[in-house]
Amino acid sequence: MLNQFIFAGFGGQGILTAGLLLANTASVHGKEVIWMPSYGSEMRGGTANCSVKIDDEMISSPFIKKIDYLIVMNKPSLDKFLPQVREGGTVILNSSIITEVPEMPKLQKIAVPAGEICEKLKNERGANICMLGALAGCCELFTREEYETGIKDYFSAKPQFHEGNMAVFEAGYQCVKGE
Amino acid sequence: MKKLMKGNNALAEAAILAGCRFFAGYPITPQTEILEYLAKHLPKRGGHFVQTESELAGINMVMGAAATGFRAMTSSAGPGFSLKQEGISYLCSMELPAVIVDVMRYGIGLGNIVLGQGDYFQAVKGGGHGGYKVPVYAPSSVQENVDYITMAFDTAEAYRTPVILLSDGAIGQMAESVELPEAKEHDPDKYDWTLKGRDAAHPTGRKMTDRIYYDFAYSEYDPHIRERYSKMEEELQMWEEIELADAEVVLVSYGISSRVCKEAVKLARKKGWKAGMIRPITLWPFPRKAFEKTNKMAKAYLSVEMNACGQMVEDVALYGRSVPVYSYPSGRVIADPEVILQKIEGIFQGTEKEVF
Amino acid sequence: MAAERKAPSTIYGVNSFCPGCGHGIVIRLIAEVVEEMGLAENAIGVLAVGCSCLTNRYLALDLMQAAHGRAAASAGAIKRCRPEKLIFTYQGDGDAASIGIAETLYSAQRNEGFTQIIVNNGVYGMTGGQMSPTTLVGQKTTTSVQGRDPEVMGMPLKISELISSFDVAYLARGSVHNAASIRKTKKYIQKAFETQMNQGGYTCVEVISPCPTNWHLTPLQAVDRIEKEVLAYYPLGEFCEGGVR
Repeated sequence: MLNQFIFAGFGGQGILTAGLLLANTASVHGKEVIWMPSYGSEMRGGTANCSVKIDDEMISSPFIKKIDYLIVMNKPSLDKFLPQVREGGTVILNSSIITEVPEMPKLQKIAVPAGEICEKLKNERGANICMLGALAGCCELFTREEYETGIKDYFSAKPQFHEGNMAVFEAGYQCVKGE
Repeated sequence: MKKLMKGNNALAEAAILAGCRFFAGYPITPQTEILEYLAKHLPKRGGHFVQTESELAGINMVMGAAATGFRAMTSSAGPGFSLKQEGISYLCSMELPAVIVDVMRYGIGLGNIVLGQGDYFQAVKGGGHGGYKVPVYAPSSVQENVDYITMAFDTAEAYRTPVILLSDGAIGQMAESVELPEAKEHDPDKYDWTLKGRDAAHPTGRKMTDRIYYDFAYSEYDPHIRERYSKMEEELQMWEEIELADAEVVLVSYGISSRVCKEAVKLARKKGWKAGMIRPITLWPFPRKAFEKTNKMAKAYLSVEMNACGQMVEDVALYGRSVPVYSYPSGRVIADPEVILQKIEGIFQGTEKEVF
Repeated sequence: MAAERKAPSTIYGVNSFCPGCGHGIVIRLIAEVVEEMGLAENAIGVLAVGCSCLTNRYLALDLMQAAHGRAAASAGAIKRCRPEKLIFTYQGDGDAASIGIAETLYSAQRNEGFTQIIVNNGVYGMTGGQMSPTTLVGQKTTTSVQGRDPEVMGMPLKISELISSFDVAYLARGSVHNAASIRKTKKYIQKAFETQMNQGGYTCVEVISPCPTNWHLTPLQAVDRIEKEVLAYYPLGEFCEGGVR
């Protein structure tokens, strides 16, 4: 079954990497997958987003019309993509930055205080992986262990960061799964 | 084992695996990752990477490297591809193998860095002077970027011609799982035509790249060129056929647009409409042989491409002979399968206007 | 006994340059140096567009015919691919200093390992004597009919001085207007080739050369003009630390 994800935020928040980590998890576990970044002329400070499509069969277009899972790390991205989320879809938002959250009665809403979590775990660049952890908590396309394999494989050249990465991932995961 | 890779990176890696050991180019979106990947990896693997002052210098360095027998490549996009045209014409006259990648974008002039299929005419119809022809491969996935870049180097040497790989911003930027081929070793000394110092065994004692003056009698040159291009035209055609057996409306689409068209054919078949598709893989030579088969029963061709006015549609009309041709140039956004369905319905009902 | 014509074996045929043209001399100097260095089997030349491309009829070396202005780019690539060979370009001033000035300067800037030979005769020769970047002030050509006016057309361009702003391996400006200058120019070419083969890096020799046909002078008047007018603007010598020595 086709699953469609959009990751969006400020350039520099690691949004593209978060999408790549999900895409790599899908690739490592033999799914058909397309990751596609938006590319603009600004290097930093503009909005960045990427889409990920995962399916068991070949995927035709890399572009997304209806979003199943929206992972957003700033307010402009939420405003931009919220109308595209399908009924019953999921919105995972970074509540450390997005303080005003509109009503979304027909959607599942998950607030992740990624900033505070990363501060507490002393991993200030880990917010993107924390958000991915929250996605892992609600999107059961892959098990928690499968996500870990995908992340580890992606960062195979930087094994020293694995423990830190998994700590913020776990904290995000627990935002959904935990009490 | 399959590996998740961005289209541009996969292309660059596959070029190295195909034995490419010389790259010269200039940054331009959306092809820059090719440059960056090769800057990082080519020197480590015994190759030369040069960031040139312009696309002109890039293609002319490739020309020099190709003349020595090295597998050489340059890449660009839109405006930069325009600057390569002079060099492509020279490569054709010298009959030198080289690979030129155009990761197409949208628009005329500076246009826009967004994806598009803006350079069909320039790649396929000979963007430079003199009336040459260049084999053009059009990948529609990251895997095909890998497969066709490998093929491009082989074709270039087999026919002693530059070859264009016409990718686009979507295929260049997106990541998919790919299987990379085994590494090939290329011997730059294996051909007798390469510049490596005067050679007593060579007919003239020394080699000249300028074939029109040195390798042919005056009256022999035109027939040589005609024969050369007709041989390529006959032997290099490649295409993919989808649901063509009984198709009445045949979509024609290449590259990123063809992926959406595949989906549209599926949706049309679900509605019971007899739709099919020809996906040209070589844009030159255009798959004439595919059209010769479908011309007999198709009621209409619908050309789908990502530019403002349609470009390939002219070739569809040329090869589609008397079959009516319809056009859906989707502009700056990828074609919408729903719109394709509406067009197909319009064709069946006679409300859609044909362009040729 | 009749006098024997002695020419390097790499020179063949009869050249078709105009009477009094300097190209034949420069090509012969290149051929002599290549042979004296024992590199005839290991040299590759890259020819420019213009009169310089006629060289391919007389010089029996492996040759590439480059696009107009792009010889330096192609030669740089050839040297990278075949570093053990002697690689040189043979270009005019229009090719190297006008349409190809970017390729020339960036070859020097990247210190590409070939030798660039630039024949400076102050006009576009093959197309019939149009103004080139090195046409002198007041000089009449078919596109500077009243003579080069610096107010409108700018001052003549000094390509070697521009190149000298980069840290290149060897750079000199010679001439072929008399026997002494020819001998000196041969030394410059030899030094450039030796530097290329022994030490590496970008090397260049600019050669002031007469074009009697397009200067509308006799061959003797043309060499006289070089002595009296051209060398005043384009001084000869080897470049060292940015100046002519």
